[in-house]
Amino acid sequence: MANLKLQNISKSFGTVSVLQDVSLDVHDGEFVTLLGPSGCGKSTLLRIVAGLEQPDTGSVVIGDRAVDQWRPRDRDIAMVFQTYALYPHMTVAANLSLPLVMRRLSAWQRLPLVGPLLPGSRSLRAAIAKEIGDVAESLELAHLLDRKPAQLSGGQRQRVALARAMVRRPAVFLMDEPLSNLDTTLRTQMRIEIAALRRKLAAAFVYVTHDQTEAMTMSDRVAVMFEGKVVQVGSPQALYTRPATRQVAEFIGTPRINMLEGTVRNDGCVDVADSHFVIEHDLAPGSRVHLGIRPEHLRITERIGPDTITGRIQRLEYMGNDLLLYFTALGQREQLVMRISPQQGAGLRPDLTVHVTAAREPVLMFDHSGAAVASCVHQVAQLRNQRWS
Amino acid sequence: MVMIASADDAALCRGATRRNFAQLTAGHLLSLPAAVALLLLFVAPTIAIFGIALTDWQLGADDLSFIGLKNFRALLVDPDFYQSLRNSVVYTLLVLPATVCLGLAVALLIESGRSFRAFYRAAHFLPVMATMAAMAISWEALLHPTIGLLTQALASLGVPTTNWLKNQHTVLPALAAIGIWQNFGYAMVLFLAGLKVIPPDLYEAAAVDGADSAFDRLRTVTLPMLGPTTMFVTIIITLRSLEVFDTVSIITQGGPEKASEVLLYTLYTESFSYLRTGYGAAITVVFLLMVTSLMLLQTRIMDRRVHYA
Repeated sequence: MANLKLQNISKSFGTVSVLQDVSLDVHDGEFVTLLGPSGCGKSTLLRIVAGLEQPDTGSVVIGDRAVDQWRPRDRDIAMVFQTYALYPHMTVAANLSLPLVMRRLSAWQRLPLVGPLLPGSRSLRAAIAKEIGDVAESLELAHLLDRKPAQLSGGQRQRVALARAMVRRPAVFLMDEPLSNLDTTLRTQMRIEIAALRRKLAAAFVYVTHDQTEAMTMSDRVAVMFEGKVVQVGSPQALYTRPATRQVAEFIGTPRINMLEGTVRNDGCVDVADSHFVIEHDLAPGSRVHLGIRPEHLRITERIGPDTITGRIQRLEYMGNDLLLYFTALGQREQLVMRISPQQGAGLRPDLTVHVTAAREPVLMFDHSGAAVASCVHQVAQLRNQRWS
Repeated sequence: MVMIASADDAALCRGATRRNFAQLTAGHLLSLPAAVALLLLFVAPTIAIFGIALTDWQLGADDLSFIGLKNFRALLVDPDFYQSLRNSVVYTLLVLPATVCLGLAVALLIESGRSFRAFYRAAHFLPVMATMAAMAISWEALLHPTIGLLTQALASLGVPTTNWLKNQHTVLPALAAIGIWQNFGYAMVLFLAGLKVIPPDLYEAAAVDGADSAFDRLRTVTLPMLGPTTMFVTIIITLRSLEVFDTVSIITQGGPEKASEVLLYTLYTESFSYLRTGYGAAITVVFLLMVTSLMLLQTRIMDRRVHYA
């Protein structure tokens, strides 16, 4: 049971820089997800923690000790691979036993034919078999112990891979996109199982994924990575409501956040197309900014005012409990999207004109470099009401 | 309406049948050259051999008579046949394990190194490409009892030497050594291909699980994952060892005292030197049955053990 600390880790493959000065702490019992698009370095970072890859600079600390010079087997970690990496020639039982057999039995005791005859090896094997049985029981694999991986379904293989990681009771669990080879139903189910599992096991979890749903639903904290850098670390709620950069805002949330390009006016309002928003901020007049508004924070209004956007409906997507309404603001090319209830959408159809306003919700503002502007989180509607009522 | 639909359907069906028929004909026509070649060069000679084995035909003779299983009965009591059968088996037992182990070892060494890979691959594969007749003569020179480079080298190291190819006890191992030299490059290339398709994830899982020494990696991942390749290599090398002919024919002619007489060489001398073609055909039939059943057995047994589905 230990904390994991990553300190200033950098890594290049040839001339390609994969990780740049990454630092991250994962506490004992915490579930941290590395989230980012493919090629952002998240898997490399995980492999550095595992010891499968050596960082160019920086250090990995597990517990209180720097483990950079340690082999993967000595690091008190276990890893679940994207492809599961089960040994195809071994039964499930043998797959699960291997980590324990390699640790507890001597090289002589592991030898075929001779090994079982040596003193102690039989009792050790029996103890291992019992532990395997317990873990298999807890993951409902007990009836599959004699099968080979090829005889299992994708979900069962996934569970065997999890079990193999569990049998060693490691201090740190590393998971590299473990659910990406499963279909949607199974993925949802396994998400729940992994979440339940981590509550049972006192260990630090590092989970790599490009799927924001997995990241948002399972994690205590998420580290969002772009191009080899950790851009923001925070709880799922923090990432969604207070993204540190435009990139993070756009990466998290489905459908994608609406980004409106605008200019700060002399009176401090922000001009966007033919409307303007009243927002408190400390940017100089003339600055180019982006306003980010989540689809659920837009609503249709009857009133036409300077803070409303007039747009033409492109298409409607019925999602059951929501309706996604895609539209383009007049004079703009970028498509915007809002999430409304099906009742609100009654009677709407493509090519109709709608008036849209940001509801009493935060509008996110980003400066030209993409960084969030600190003072932008305000109740726009309140400010607006003060001015326009 | 119904009538129209069914008439349309019928027309469609006829169209489909016509198209199928045309495709079928085209397919057959395209495979015809290969089929004819196979028939003329492979199937017909095999059938002919079975036929000739039942006659007393001599090569070039105008007449022949049907003698039933007499050739096979003669074969069963022919000590020379047993001698060459034994030699073939011993030769194969010498060549097969050494070739597989050496091929695998070289493949592993090449794969684990980083530099000169292409060079090592080519260097070890050269004997496979070389003309065996020429190589046989070179080996004869290398093993020459007085001026042979290899003999002299061994002698200078204090190893007792002999006239390798004229000594009854050393001639078969000497030929086997040449066979190993000739074949292990082939095994190596197949193993290299097999090594390439082992998922790297498995080695990483093994490293995390604790199987990270060279021996444990080999036992946990490499050897099991090379199972199908090993099976193929074993079959191919068995076949190539059983059909060894050129070195025997060029270097020893089966001697001394038939100590290096192998099945294919006996078959050749019976058919073309002694002109007892019927008898030679009988040996061929036995050889064919032996090889085929061996392959079937090997495939059956090993297939179950190397494919993990």
